[in-house]
Amino acid sequence: MTTNVLSHETAIYENSFPVEGGTYENAGHVSSQIKALLKRMNISKEVVRRAALVTYESEINICSYARSGKIVLRVTPEHVTIEAIDEGQGIVDIELAMQEGYSTATDRIREMGFGAGMGLCNIKNFSDFFRITSEIGKGTHLKMVIRIDKDFDGI
Amino acid sequence: MNLLDIVAALNLSVVSGEDRLAAEITGGYVGDLLSDVMANSKEGDLWITRQIHQNIVAVASLKDHAGIILIQGCKPAADTLDKARKEGVPIMVTDMPGFEVIGKVYNMIATKKGSDPST
Repeated sequence: MTTNVLSHETAIYENSFPVEGGTYENAGHVSSQIKALLKRMNISKEVVRRAALVTYESEINICSYARSGKIVLRVTPEHVTIEAIDEGQGIVDIELAMQEGYSTATDRIREMGFGAGMGLCNIKNFSDFFRITSEIGKGTHLKMVIRIDKDFDGI
Repeated sequence: MNLLDIVAALNLSVVSGEDRLAAEITGGYVGDLLSDVMANSKEGDLWITRQIHQNIVAVASLKDHAGIILIQGCKPAADTLDKARKEGVPIMVTDMPGFEVIGKVYNMIATKKGSDPST
């Protein structure tokens, strides 16, 4: 039997933010909102920075590869949980997609300075817990958890 | 040393965020790959790039950069400029090639902070 510790924590904040696929026009919009929200909750700078980064990379992925998607933010006294759920083509080989430098980005995406094969690695590196699941033709689901450490505010 | 000192010394044109030039500059980051900049730049950095699309404002704003220098005659796209003005992110432009800009900024910071400003 598995228990999900996080689901037993009381959420002090929970919200879902839509992300448009296929355009970069509003890319970064959700990350900015989430950053401002977390700042207002007096969460440490380091946690806010990491949450903003994983959200931004997730937004860029949705903009680049999905039809549409959403970012779900859940804050408890111990954790910030961010989920990026999209409706899109899905990822054929997750292991390959997780390799630094591997990307299926188009030239258009690369010209803008995205598609260097760093996004998913960044997301993994800046999260304390990271899970990725994907279904071909349906979409991809990322779950990132960042621990809120009240005594540590980064180095 | 603040952003205004760098603007004056390098003769940069400030196109947005004119009221944020008092920011103290203690470091910088150079890159055109946004994921690299997201991962490795630091708060307060002066970001030097040749990307001009509006996502640079999102990155600079999320990372709390002091400002962005666009090199080699690159000009911000119209929507980039709108966004930068709205969010108060300083963008500076110059015709100088990146190598020269980076060297000059590095030296300015180095003479203020010691021989190795990366430490």
